[in-house]
Amino acid sequence: MSSVPAVLESEWTKIRTVSSTTWTLALAFITTAGLGAVATSLINPGAHFDPTFISFSGMTLGQLAMVVFGVLVVGSEYSSGMIRTSLAAVPRRATFLFGKIGVAGLLALVVGLVTGFITFFLGQALLGDDGTTLGAPNVLRAVIGSGLYMCLIAVFSMGVTAMLRSNMLSLGILMPFFFLVSNILSAVPKAKDVARYFPDQAGSKILQVVPNAQGSTDVPYGPWAGFAIMAAWVVAALLGGYLVLRKRDA
Amino acid sequence: MIEVEGLTKRYGRKLAVDHLSFQVRPGVVTGFLGPNGAGKSTTMRMMLDLDNPTSGSVRIDGRMYHELADPLKHIGALLEAKAMHGGRTAYNNLLCLAQSNRIPRQRVDQVLDMVGLTAVAKRKSKGFSLGMGQRLGIASALLGDPEILMFDEPVNGLDPEGIHWIRTLMKALAAEGRTVFVSSHLMSEMALTADHLIVIGQGRLLANTSMADFIQQNSRSFARVRTPQPEQLRDALRGAGLAATETDNGTFEVEGSETEALGELAATHRITLHELSAQRASLEEAFMQMTAEAVEYHAHAGPGEGAPPAGPVPGQVPAGQGAPGAGQAQGPARGQQPPAPQTWGQDWNQGQDQRSKGA
Repeated sequence: MSSVPAVLESEWTKIRTVSSTTWTLALAFITTAGLGAVATSLINPGAHFDPTFISFSGMTLGQLAMVVFGVLVVGSEYSSGMIRTSLAAVPRRATFLFGKIGVAGLLALVVGLVTGFITFFLGQALLGDDGTTLGAPNVLRAVIGSGLYMCLIAVFSMGVTAMLRSNMLSLGILMPFFFLVSNILSAVPKAKDVARYFPDQAGSKILQVVPNAQGSTDVPYGPWAGFAIMAAWVVAALLGGYLVLRKRDA
Repeated sequence: MIEVEGLTKRYGRKLAVDHLSFQVRPGVVTGFLGPNGAGKSTTMRMMLDLDNPTSGSVRIDGRMYHELADPLKHIGALLEAKAMHGGRTAYNNLLCLAQSNRIPRQRVDQVLDMVGLTAVAKRKSKGFSLGMGQRLGIASALLGDPEILMFDEPVNGLDPEGIHWIRTLMKALAAEGRTVFVSSHLMSEMALTADHLIVIGQGRLLANTSMADFIQQNSRSFARVRTPQPEQLRDALRGAGLAATETDNGTFEVEGSETEALGELAATHRITLHELSAQRASLEEAFMQMTAEAVEYHAHAGPGEGAPPAGPVPGQVPAGQGAPGAGQAQGPARGQQPPAPQTWGQDWNQGQDQRSKGA
């Protein structure tokens, strides 16, 4: 059996010694906080005004950087041919894959939480009197939820990449899905009944404090149930990734 | 010690590795020889648990690969150059491998020094030449100071200095009592490094023998005689009952006779000789003969000819001597061969048919 702490240490070294980690995570932070600041400066409070949710407007684009982070963490093993060296060193597939995803997911969670809190405070400062505070009902849940959401987006991408075993293929599917397909379908009548169970649509409910915030549609689940739906997607992706790694030749 | 038992790998209908069984012993360099596409790399990947065998097993020091606690401390492998992340420095590429197997950090500096990469340790490995990448791969194989080392085509892309270095390294590792298993498609390379030979063709074991025995059995020796009086020499040889082939006008290759006897024969008949030398057919020829039937892709002289490979192979031994399964009935050609000019892939189909009959 491979030693789990040793594998975690090794995977941490892998993550911190490539430049893609820095730029993807920095981009996730800058995009989320920056676009959130722009949105909070421009918004006119109206019906269903949700000062918390509005400050997380940048998440739509910021999550894409998290997707890239997640894809590259797993996919670079395949694109570089490192996967054979890695699996020869750690032949237990579960230890290898979940060690890697565990370390990368934890890093994504930390970056996500930092991003969430800074984005929230920045947004509320810009909203001034229209803003809210962490102490207000459900606001803390939404802010912590933003970190959890970013983490799960990254982990979901890692699972999908482990299944597809390619950077290009994974980015080519995940980027348009989260940026276009999911958003478009959730605005189309009938299709939105399905689209609201997509991981990002369901998971992002945790960012809302006010029901039907900013004109979003009504869904038959609460914020935590929505998050659980997203988590189920993540578990499925991880399981799929693990099975592919286990069954297929490296 | 590596024990391979009935190892088989099937890709769809194609058997890449066909019931291979052999052992690789410590203390010697074991050469793993076969033409391109013979299944060497597939076998090596299965030995490292990277590919799942269709059937059969591999044991490393009596255990399955995935049962080894820190595998790099038991077996180190160079599979392909640059199986590393190009955006990471050479040092960091080795460091993450070392950490996964609880190998101390100082060992990374040691192996970098051993392969001569200390000066570029902090450089990203994507800028490395093929030779440097090969050295980095060898450094990763040596990382855990393993008792078993495996190299897949290690001299590919190396300059002469690098080739010399790796030959010396492999011999030194074997002399320390380690198991050294090295693949190549070049017989001449093996002749210089290997003490023991395992030859495969189309995934099947063709030979498992010591290098000395292989040379003894497979290399044809003859005497070359050149004379301005070919008529007289031909008669004299015939008179002495010696088999000779005339390769060029006035040049003969005589088998079954020593140069001394031939010199005396020429003197007796007062024949002038311009050359009299003992010759040994190269091991490359012996290897080509052995694998002629098992070569996956080679050019044929003409269509429908189940004949030896085209090329400068003098004194061809009848096909089917070395290779088991040769000379069997040739099945009808399948519509499976890759689109290629002439009859490329003919033998490949032939082997395919034989195997599917047996399966």
